[in-house]
Amino acid sequence: MSHFKNSTVKIDNEEKMAGLALFTDDLPAKDFLWCRPLRSNIPCGRVRSVNVPKLPKGYYYVDAKDIVKENVVNIIFSDWPVFADRRVNYYGETIALLIGPDKQKLEELARMTQVNYDEEVPNFKLKKSGIHKEFKKGDLESVSNDYDYTLTETFETGYQEQVYLETQGMIMWLDGDKITIKASMQCPYYIKNAVVRTLGCDPSKVRVIQPAVGGAFGGKEHYPSMMAAQMATAIVKIKKPLKMIFDRDEDLMYTTKRHPSKTTYTGYVKNGKLVGVKAHVQLNGGAYKGCSGVVLARALIAVVDCYSIPNLEIEGDVYITNTMPTAAFRGFGSPQTIFAFEMFIEHIAKVAGLDPVEFKLKHLVKQGEVTAVNGKFHDPIILPELVEKAMEMSDFKHKYALYNKPGSNRGIGFSCFLHGCGFTGSGESTIINAQLKLTKDKNDIVHLYTSQVDFGQGNRTTLKKIVSDTLGIPEEQVTHEAPDTDHTLSTGPTAASRTIIIVGYLCEKAAKHLKEIWKPGVEQEWIEPYVGPDYIHWDEDTMQGDAYPGYAWGVNVVEVSFDPVTYQVKVEGCWSTYDVGHAIDDRIVVGQADGGLAQAIGYGYLENMEVAEGRFRQKTLSDYIIPTAVDLPMMETELIDNLFAYGASGAKGCGELTFVGGAPALGHAIEMAINKNIYKIPANPEYLMEVMENEDH
Amino acid sequence: MKIIKFHLNNKPVVVRADPSMRLLDLLRIHLHMTGVKEGCGEGACGACSVLVDGVCYDSCLTPVANIIGKHVVTIEGFRNTKQYRRIADAFADFGASQCGFCTPGMILNTYALLKKNPHPSEEEVRIALSGNLCRCTGYNAIVKAVLEVAEKGGEW
Repeated sequence: MSHFKNSTVKIDNEEKMAGLALFTDDLPAKDFLWCRPLRSNIPCGRVRSVNVPKLPKGYYYVDAKDIVKENVVNIIFSDWPVFADRRVNYYGETIALLIGPDKQKLEELARMTQVNYDEEVPNFKLKKSGIHKEFKKGDLESVSNDYDYTLTETFETGYQEQVYLETQGMIMWLDGDKITIKASMQCPYYIKNAVVRTLGCDPSKVRVIQPAVGGAFGGKEHYPSMMAAQMATAIVKIKKPLKMIFDRDEDLMYTTKRHPSKTTYTGYVKNGKLVGVKAHVQLNGGAYKGCSGVVLARALIAVVDCYSIPNLEIEGDVYITNTMPTAAFRGFGSPQTIFAFEMFIEHIAKVAGLDPVEFKLKHLVKQGEVTAVNGKFHDPIILPELVEKAMEMSDFKHKYALYNKPGSNRGIGFSCFLHGCGFTGSGESTIINAQLKLTKDKNDIVHLYTSQVDFGQGNRTTLKKIVSDTLGIPEEQVTHEAPDTDHTLSTGPTAASRTIIIVGYLCEKAAKHLKEIWKPGVEQEWIEPYVGPDYIHWDEDTMQGDAYPGYAWGVNVVEVSFDPVTYQVKVEGCWSTYDVGHAIDDRIVVGQADGGLAQAIGYGYLENMEVAEGRFRQKTLSDYIIPTAVDLPMMETELIDNLFAYGASGAKGCGELTFVGGAPALGHAIEMAINKNIYKIPANPEYLMEVMENEDH
Repeated sequence: MKIIKFHLNNKPVVVRADPSMRLLDLLRIHLHMTGVKEGCGEGACGACSVLVDGVCYDSCLTPVANIIGKHVVTIEGFRNTKQYRRIADAFADFGASQCGFCTPGMILNTYALLKKNPHPSEEEVRIALSGNLCRCTGYNAIVKAVLEVAEKGGEW
């Protein structure tokens, strides 16, 4: 019996529940040597010298001098060195690996190693822009001199740590002259390409295999490339199998987080409509750019969320600071601006004396309208239906009237949002060029090969299901193993909510073709290249055009109570509606919805990570608090079909969509409960006390 | 080093170990019980949960000295029981396991709860499981699964 109508039990479900699934640290690794990073303990300066103690037999020291070809980690913008060379730019930057059989001994050796620096004055402020982007829509000048109301406000969002339950880890060994890697990862080909680049070796000499992965959320998109490049440098030198598993404190302090942001909006209201918006989005990128340019692009494309505003002047900067670089995390820039704009649009409605709920609904984008970046919303949009359903599920209107008064200490809020699925613009066709392989053996068993990593989302199951459904054969007749770069063509990274919309679509097309040529009892193979919608045109330099192949949509409603004595917020209810095109498997999509919203609620009021003198102050899971079972209510989700022409059975993406609207829905609810505006997340008790006691808010 | 005797998954075990060693390390490294996971090493996440005489413990905070003469059950033992099957079926039905890293600990703690309180309220389930972090599910499916398996009743 199942509670979900179109769901099958996930391929790896039983092995995970029974503790049989082998995660990286569970893999047999007898005689592997441990790698222990030696990290900088200053935020900025020149490295004068490193005094390494005399190493016992069987222990090694590997640093920038051992680099084989290129001292860069292959990320979108490759400015991050594999090992710091002569200078360090953030606290915790890896200078070297200490390697040996005993972990305790390595700790001792790390303590005895002395790094001598010429310290420089670090910069922690948002003043040195490393990446700048800007664009316009309409003519803002025409409305900025002719309006009824205007408002300028600034919003801030903090760091967020992914807290995948399994920390970063990797093992690496030599198979003849071939480097073989198993790791906790999202993107096997990113790891492979990073090793090939730093070693300058032939791609056939590197093999990446995915074991079970315990969560990722963006945190394992790029960081494993760093670990792989360091360990590959070491393995070339010492030719011994290696293992590096981070403790939780290392993972919290020294791996990438969500970009903190500061966004300023100025809006103009004329005749009850928001006719123009000027915005400046500022992201803290940390010491190296890495993927921050793309994060900024996504933040800017989502700068007015799913609202139709005719005149825009938008600019954004990624600032370089002497802090841990920030990188991918579910939503990739858009949670920051969607939070800020959702708060802003309700604030400006109130300033104009208009009902914020009506005001938002009046501005929802419609099919055929122009996007913020002068593209077009090509496909049908069912936002009004999503809103209506979410309001009905949550009894929104009744509760809104009941709580919306001073001293109620109770609030309800809603957010509407979109998420562009897949890589920005025409990137899927021009950069990624996914290719998918289907084979059939003599027993008519079909084998599906993708490079998509299942780190909990269930995509191994979903993609397999697309193939079996399309071929009209039982699911048992299709296999879909975890990626191994020796057997799998690249279907691209597991990122950007692209797995279902892009790779799922490829699965469907490949299966259709295989069905056409199907000959029973004969070995057959079909390779399907990705061809996207031909109407998608995007100019990365000017940030103009169709930003994504397609959009998924959602509405979140959150209800809270507020304790005026402790300033604690309690989440009392969560209701969501989503248009993901079509859910291939309801249970899997609802699982994403529950988990995404829970993580977003944590982002909104609980998860606080601060930097002092370049170091994260939260070092453990007792300091960095994520939601537990008692912090969340039962969440309700409804999915409404809106088939996408270029998706498998009409499916779009859903992984990130479920994250982006949670914090603003919660923010609106908190504002109602405290009867004051908020401008920052996490809205923790310290901040809410400040808001409540400050008359200016 | 001391001789340590205890029962692991209903079988007697004798090992030579430092009594101050973490039970987690004894189980994972020396006895190859890799279903016991290390998520934080400080008792904050519950991924290393094991049952000691029927009570759920964080094995990362438990020195080996504390289990001398006791019965330790890990997922490797518990997965062969009828009680596991009932909990696991409900977990599968609701989709309570995503990445799976927290799941063995979550299942053991669910059993410890139901043994003590076979008909918990939603709030009691949430409190009982609040020491086991899950980052994938938002606990929705987990809490529903536990409530359903409790409602079905039966001996624990």
